[in-house]
Amino acid sequence: MMDAVAPASDARPDLAAIASDASGERAVGRPTVYVYEAPVRICHWVNAFAIIVLMVTGYFIGSPLPTVAGEASDHFVMGYIRFAHFAAGQVLAVFFLTRILWAFVGNHHSRQIFYIPVHRKQFWKEVLHEIRWYAFLEREPKMYVGHNPLAQTAMFTGFTLFVAFMIITGFALYSEGAGIDSWQHKLFGWVFAIWPNSQDVHTWHHLGMWALVTFVMVHIYAAIREDIMSRQSIISSMVSGERQFRD
Amino acid sequence: MGTATETFYSVIRRQGITRRSFHKFCSLTATSLGLGPLAASRIANALETKPRVPVIWMHGLECTCCSESFIRSAHPLVKDAVLSMISLDYDDTIMAAAGHQAEAILDETRAKHKGQYILAVEGNPPLNEGGMFCIDGGKPFVEKLKMMAEDAMAIIAWGACASWGCVQAAKPNPTQATPIDKVITNKPIIKVPGCPPIAEVMTGVVTFITTFGKLPELDRQGRPKMFYSQRIHDKCYRRPHFDAGQFVEEWDDEAARKGYCLYKMGCKGPTTYNACSTVRWNGGVSFPIQSGHGCIGCSEDGFWDKGSFYDRLTTIKQFGIEKNADQVGMVAAGAVGAAVAAHAAVTAVKRLASKREDVDHNS
Repeated sequence: MMDAVAPASDARPDLAAIASDASGERAVGRPTVYVYEAPVRICHWVNAFAIIVLMVTGYFIGSPLPTVAGEASDHFVMGYIRFAHFAAGQVLAVFFLTRILWAFVGNHHSRQIFYIPVHRKQFWKEVLHEIRWYAFLEREPKMYVGHNPLAQTAMFTGFTLFVAFMIITGFALYSEGAGIDSWQHKLFGWVFAIWPNSQDVHTWHHLGMWALVTFVMVHIYAAIREDIMSRQSIISSMVSGERQFRD
Repeated sequence: MGTATETFYSVIRRQGITRRSFHKFCSLTATSLGLGPLAASRIANALETKPRVPVIWMHGLECTCCSESFIRSAHPLVKDAVLSMISLDYDDTIMAAAGHQAEAILDETRAKHKGQYILAVEGNPPLNEGGMFCIDGGKPFVEKLKMMAEDAMAIIAWGACASWGCVQAAKPNPTQATPIDKVITNKPIIKVPGCPPIAEVMTGVVTFITTFGKLPELDRQGRPKMFYSQRIHDKCYRRPHFDAGQFVEEWDDEAARKGYCLYKMGCKGPTTYNACSTVRWNGGVSFPIQSGHGCIGCSEDGFWDKGSFYDRLTTIKQFGIEKNADQVGMVAAGAVGAAVAAHAAVTAVKRLASKREDVDHNS
């Protein structure tokens, strides 16, 4: 895992090379780096889809749709909504785990969202620079092949930690229906040692959903904005895996 | 109240109960405990050979609803439980003795049945001001509790008070009412929560302990699995309406008359572990949801401090004004959304400005 703590600055492209490319005539070939390997991209989009399904169905579990008329045996509205929620939850859990496993196998960019190099002064300096860039105090953004330090912090908190929290509390809540002999209860029942009343676990799970909503908003906005402002590809990188630098 | 040396069976026979009825009782108890076919004869054997277990029943800060529930048990009848199954040596609410006479029983039991009696506690000790908010026999209840717990075999924590604290522990809990397991840490404690617990659950627990001489299997939170391993929701007879998406939206609407699910009316069935939807109350007559009212979650920790009984989403008080997760979340999402929009606008303006600069610079 030594590679995992590789300084973010190492991840930066050779700026001099880019500069020389860009100086004078417009370079024909833009510098392109392969960043996101296929499993990372697949996990990203599957998780994104699962999270959207989970948010919508989760909201309707907390605040159900209006009552349907007729016999109870003719309908299964709440049943389908809950099924979709549980199914998407299991998918998210599997692909989240896959993503963690890939961090051990993949390139060093695949490890970025799982840690923050808290001990490195340079890292925090660059976080500050990024904050200044977002506060319109810096004219030029720095370029990074992977996530910039602020993005890395946001991804670690907003995605890794929040999603892990949702998976843990989610399985704990699922274990209530599965029963106390289920593997879900054996693995995640300890959540009820923290909050003995599952009403609290419901509330935290619900708040976690809204935390993810805000993360998704910031995540998408930052991706679009940086795609335009930082002169490097962001959105298409999550499709092709390649990051292009446009200067 | 008895010397606790005669067996259950001899007491039962002395009361004029036939052997046939005795065996009926054994099978009924085995069935209500969910035990296998052999258990009935084991119960009969135990009752025939074992001396009755001495029980000390103490009352701390409580409302006596546990006792009220207990005396209404139908299977087994509380008469059987109190007069035949256990040797209820002390219960200040229903015992004949009073004053020094009553208190003497406590010392006697401690001396005679050291490590063999069961301490049943209804209510809890308030710890603030040295425990003086609950004085029992001239002493703070907490001292009496600790003294009797010292030599007990096991402790039964009756009801939400003894198990979780209940309404006297509601914020800000001025008397510092504290559940039993926070005060007594060196004895096995079985929690039988509920406000009150179901009568048959109470006598069922007593029957199990006296029959097998040990505590029933407990869950993570110290409750007997046989009564508290499933939620009200899991065995609710209105569950099909929940799965179908048929809910009572208002107390007097058509759905309420049709007996639809009370989920939207704040029913706490989905988060409450108890046996109400299977055992029911008053000899199996009904239970709250059957009577048209949602479950208030009275056997759950902190149910008294979780906002309205009639809200689906729990109120979160930390935010000053009482809000639920959705309201808090929407405000947060709205704020972030507005921030993103504003940031985007500033970005666009800045970008236009810098482009113009570039153009000016180039020209």
